[in-house]
Amino acid sequence: MNKYLIAATLMGAIALTGCKKNLPEVATLPRDVATPTPTPMPTTPTVRPGPAAGTQAHFATAMSGADTIYFDTDRFNIDGEDAAALRRQAEYMVQYPNARATVEGHADERGTRDYNLALGERRANSAKNYLVSLGVSESRLRTLSQGEERPAAMGSDENAWARNRRAVTVMITN
Amino acid sequence: MRKILIFSLLAAIAAPAAAQSALDPAGIEAEQVLADAAEDEVLTGTVTDDSAWADLGIAIPAFATDREQATAANASGTTALGLELSRVVFNDLRNNGLFRPAGPDGLPRPTYSQITAPAWSNWANRSAEMLVQGYVRAGADGRLTVGCYLYDVALQSELVREGWIVQPSEWRRAAHKCSDLVYSRLSGESPFFDSRIAYIAETGPKNNRIKRLAIMDSDGANHRFITGGQSTALSPRYSPDYTKIAYLSYTDGNPRIYIYDIATERQVLVTQSTNPTFAPRWSPDGRNILYSMAIGGNTDIYMVPASGGTPRRLTDSPGIDVGGSFSPDGSRIVFESDRSGEQQVYVMNADGTGQRRLTFFGGRAGTPEWSPRGDQIAITYIAGNFRIGVMGTDGRGLRLLTDAWHDEAPTWAPNGRIIQFFRTEQGSGNTAIYQVDLTGENERRLATPVGASDPAWGPVLP
Repeated sequence: MNKYLIAATLMGAIALTGCKKNLPEVATLPRDVATPTPTPMPTTPTVRPGPAAGTQAHFATAMSGADTIYFDTDRFNIDGEDAAALRRQAEYMVQYPNARATVEGHADERGTRDYNLALGERRANSAKNYLVSLGVSESRLRTLSQGEERPAAMGSDENAWARNRRAVTVMITN
Repeated sequence: MRKILIFSLLAAIAAPAAAQSALDPAGIEAEQVLADAAEDEVLTGTVTDDSAWADLGIAIPAFATDREQATAANASGTTALGLELSRVVFNDLRNNGLFRPAGPDGLPRPTYSQITAPAWSNWANRSAEMLVQGYVRAGADGRLTVGCYLYDVALQSELVREGWIVQPSEWRRAAHKCSDLVYSRLSGESPFFDSRIAYIAETGPKNNRIKRLAIMDSDGANHRFITGGQSTALSPRYSPDYTKIAYLSYTDGNPRIYIYDIATERQVLVTQSTNPTFAPRWSPDGRNILYSMAIGGNTDIYMVPASGGTPRRLTDSPGIDVGGSFSPDGSRIVFESDRSGEQQVYVMNADGTGQRRLTFFGGRAGTPEWSPRGDQIAITYIAGNFRIGVMGTDGRGLRLLTDAWHDEAPTWAPNGRIIQFFRTEQGSGNTAIYQVDLTGENERRLATPVGASDPAWGPVLP
């Protein structure tokens, strides 16, 4: 019992603080942001409950990739594919009205550092503004530019850069 | 910042000079004469390599000491310290591709009395036209006195001399002052060795790189990490008096510029705002800081008094206006903007008026830095690869100095003769600081303990 409780608590902590996208499929402790009292632990965890609504793990699973939109070099416009992804994000935010999110803007490595910080901010705001236009309250969204500092793809080629020019929506869980 | 005490060697070298009572007036006289004679050999070309002085052979034997003494500067006394001082001078010149220096390890070691009266027969046949000699003495108060003499071997006469009194911990500065003395006297250029560099130390994988604020002397010595790496640090800039560093930190989770006080180790936000701020730059007088701030995704350039106060917005285009570098007189600012649709370099008056585009060539241009001499602007030139270039202050005459996959962010040596930048390796994303002179011929990588980016070269120390 104690062992399970500790393990579950640790995983919950990871889900709450550490993970963004690409969360490994581990048994995360369900914890609803709306009801922060811990869920009673099952004595025999044969059924692994899914992540609670409004958590990053739950959001990432529900989006299955639509948490991220991609941009052309030095661009920040929302194309049709981006719009579809952002509509799914907005639907989620509407369905879970307590959820709050950070939109993180990124640039590829083929830019100068300061310009990329500005570009990341512009991309994050582009995505955020689109979500707001779809009815998500602005107060539930914040932006964060990571510039070129946190690439998702490690290569130095067109394919990697295309995956790194992105805006990622990440749930704020606290 | 502790000032180095400069003194006249005429008095300080009294001990050896006493043996030759004619030295003092003769020294003054000789210096006058040689200042005239030297005009033939000092060329004022715009680039380092064009000058005849680049080929001058210079012998730099170990500095002498009046008597072996323990000093807090090292573990083995003033005799060993004299050798180290001459090695610093030798490496300053050699590593920067200046002259043809010969270091102390293959040269005869002058005695203390020979410092002011060189044994010319020792130097005549060494293909060294110039001779740098020096001495170090430990004073009763622990401070060090370092003297530096430059001689013309063919003329068998002194060209210049200077001396400095330093704390033991700052002994290397005396050597850099000696390098500056030799370099300035022979090249006619302004000094630059006694200066420091702030930069970002990088470790770890590309997608989770740890970036720490770090500082070092211009030759890489006295290296020190300022931040611990818990949060990403970027784009540092030394204040002109070296007491503070403006830099970007994600310490509260958001990109914000902080002003870090080196003595107190405390830092304050450049401006109280919830908006991201980045790309800090000092005005030449240190009174103001330029920075970029994004509001609703739109980045503009602002200026705020370094001591705090109300920021003033300098640009208001809907594009990204970022960076910025003051002209040496503080009257104008060169910056980058993508208001035309792509990164290009613009100039404006320091109050934000008179904005106009400077660069009209194929390719993009970013990170402009105004030379401390005022005559040129260094940029990152982007056309396929990223390269370091210099151009006139009218945006014309672009010359590319480097040719690699990704060179970025030029910063000028205090004398406007050398540019440092950082180079990123394709694939790994590993970074290193390089420097290149204005010919593009003399390029070298700086030794740093770990990866290095965002160099910012400060002025010559007082």
